[in-house]
Amino acid sequence: MCRCDEKMMDQTDNRTSSRRPWAEFGIEALIQVVGFSSIGLVVLIFLFLIREGVPVFFEVPLGNLFGTRWYPTFDLFGTLPLLLGSVLVTAIAMVIALPLGMATAIFVREVAPGWAREVLKPMIEVLAGIPSVVLGFFGMTLIAPVVRETLGVPTGLTAFTGALILAYMALPTIISVAEDALDAVPKSYRDAGLAMGATQWQTIWRVVVPAARSGIVMAMMLGMGRAIGETMAVMLVTGNAARLPLSLDSLFRPVRTMTATVAAEMGEVAQGSTHYHALFGIGIILFLLTFVINLAAASTIFKKRRRGGLR
Amino acid sequence: MNRHLMQRVGFALLGLTALVVVLPILLVVGTIVARGIGAVDWEFLTAMPRDGMKAGGIFPAIVGTLILTLGTALAAIPVGVGGAIYLSEYARDTWLTRAIRLAIINLAGIPSVVYGLFGLGLFVLFLQFGTSILAGSLTLAIMTLPVIISAAEEALRAVPVEFRTVSASLGGTRWQGIRYIVLPQALPGIITGVILGLLRAAGETAPVLFTVAAFFLPRLPQSPFDQTMTLPYHLYVTSTQVPGMPLEIQYGTALVLLALVLSMSVLATVIRSHYRRRRQW
Repeated sequence: MCRCDEKMMDQTDNRTSSRRPWAEFGIEALIQVVGFSSIGLVVLIFLFLIREGVPVFFEVPLGNLFGTRWYPTFDLFGTLPLLLGSVLVTAIAMVIALPLGMATAIFVREVAPGWAREVLKPMIEVLAGIPSVVLGFFGMTLIAPVVRETLGVPTGLTAFTGALILAYMALPTIISVAEDALDAVPKSYRDAGLAMGATQWQTIWRVVVPAARSGIVMAMMLGMGRAIGETMAVMLVTGNAARLPLSLDSLFRPVRTMTATVAAEMGEVAQGSTHYHALFGIGIILFLLTFVINLAAASTIFKKRRRGGLR
Repeated sequence: MNRHLMQRVGFALLGLTALVVVLPILLVVGTIVARGIGAVDWEFLTAMPRDGMKAGGIFPAIVGTLILTLGTALAAIPVGVGGAIYLSEYARDTWLTRAIRLAIINLAGIPSVVYGLFGLGLFVLFLQFGTSILAGSLTLAIMTLPVIISAAEEALRAVPVEFRTVSASLGGTRWQGIRYIVLPQALPGIITGVILGLLRAAGETAPVLFTVAAFFLPRLPQSPFDQTMTLPYHLYVTSTQVPGMPLEIQYGTALVLLALVLSMSVLATVIRSHYRRRRQW
C-alpha cells in the first residue's frame, strides 16, 4: 500500500469537512489498538495461568509434582502419568492421521477427478465442524464396544480408542495445510518432471512432495497441536485412569491426558486450594507445549517467506 | 513392476485412503441422524427437561447455546474485523507485525480447556462476573478471535490494490477507501469466516465448563449474569453423569447440536460460493 499521498489527501479532505479527519483519526487509532490486541491476549492468558498456577510450586515439593502418582485427594500431584498419557495418545493419533492426511491431500490436489474433489472437500469440512463432544459421544457409545469385543480387553475406553478419534479430529487441519503446501508448488515443477519422462506418480513423490516438505511439516505440527489440546473427545473415550503408560499393552488400557484431568476435576475443586493451583499448573504445561509446537510451525512459514521461493 | 502399472496401483491406493477418511464421517453423521431422529419432536425442541433430564425437552440448552453464540459474535466480530483491517491495510512488515501474526497463530493453537482456565481466572474470579453468560461469551470470543482475524484478513487482501488506489485518486482518505470500497467487497469472505468461527464456539464444551454451564437449570436466563445450560455441555453431562439416561435423548441432543453446527457450515459454504461466482475481479 502506498502511503506517500496521505498528506495531500488529508488536505483535500480538510476543505470539504473539518470534522472528518478527527473522527478518522479516532477510528484508525482504535483499529491500531485492536490490531495489537492478540499480543495482549496471549500475554494476558499466560499471566493468568501463572498467577493461579505458580503457587503450586511453593505448596508441593518438586519431587511430588514430577512424580508418578496423581491422587489429589492424598496430596499426590505427580503429573508424569498425565503428561505421558497426552504424549502417548497424541503420538498414536499422529501415526494414524499423518499417512491418511497426506494421502488424502495428495489425492485431492493431484489425482482426484473434479467430481471426487467436489465430494471430498465438503465432507472434510463437515468433519472439521463436528463438535468434539459429539465425536466423543459417538466414540464412547459405538467405537468403544467394538474395540472391547474385537480386542478382548476389559474396557473399550482405551488410549487407542482416544487416538483413533483424535486422528480424525486432526485430519481436517493436516489435509488443508498439506493441500495448501502442494498448491504452492509451481506448475512448472510438475511440467519439468513429466517432461523428463517421469510418470505422474513419480513426479508427485520425487518432485512435488519434496518441494512442499516445509508445508507438510507444518501440517504435521499444527495437527499435533490440535491433538494434544483436544479435551472433550479424549475425556469421553480414554477411560481417564491416571496410570503410567509404560508397557506396550498400555495402548489398550485406559489412560488419562492432561486436558481431560483439568476438565474433569476443575469443577469440583475449592478455589485457591492446592489442587486448584495444580490444575492451573497443568494449564501452564499445556500452554507452553502448544506454544512451542506452534512457534515451530510458524517458523517454517516465515522461513519460506524469507526465501521468497515457491509462491 | 511396470511403472505405469505402479502409477495405477498407487492412484487406486490414494483413492482408497481418501475413502477411509470419508466413510467414517458418513458413518458418524448417519448414525447420529438415524438414532436421534426418533427423539426429536416439537416437545423435545421446545419443552423444559423433566424427571432429572430423563424426559421432556432440551429447550433451555438450545436457547443457551444460541445466546452464547450471539454474545460471542458481539464481542469477537468488532475486535476480529478491526484486527484484520489493521493487519491488511495499515500494518507494515515490521517485527511488531510479525509478533502479532505469531500471537494469532498461538491463540489459534491454545487448547480449548486452557481458554476455560483463563476465562475462569480472569472473567469469573478476577473480574467477578461469576459463572455467567457474560464470562462464557467473552471466553469463547477470545477463542474465536484468531479464526475471524485470519479469515477476514484473507478476504481483505483478496480485494485488488487498484480498488484502493482508485479510491485515493478520487480524493478519498485511506479510511474512506476501506469503509466504502474495500470492506463491502470483502464482506462475503468476512461473513464466511465469522460463521466458521462462531460454529466452533457453538460446539465447544471445554471453555464453558467452568465459565457458564449449568448442569440442570429448567428456565431461560434472565440476564447476562445468569448461568445457562448449553447443548454440548448437556450432551456431555447426560452421557457421563446421569445414570440411567435414555440413550435416545442423548442421540437426540447430539443430533440437534450437529444440525445446528452443520447448518451454519452449509450457510458459510453457500455464501462463499455464491459471491465467488458473482465476483468480477
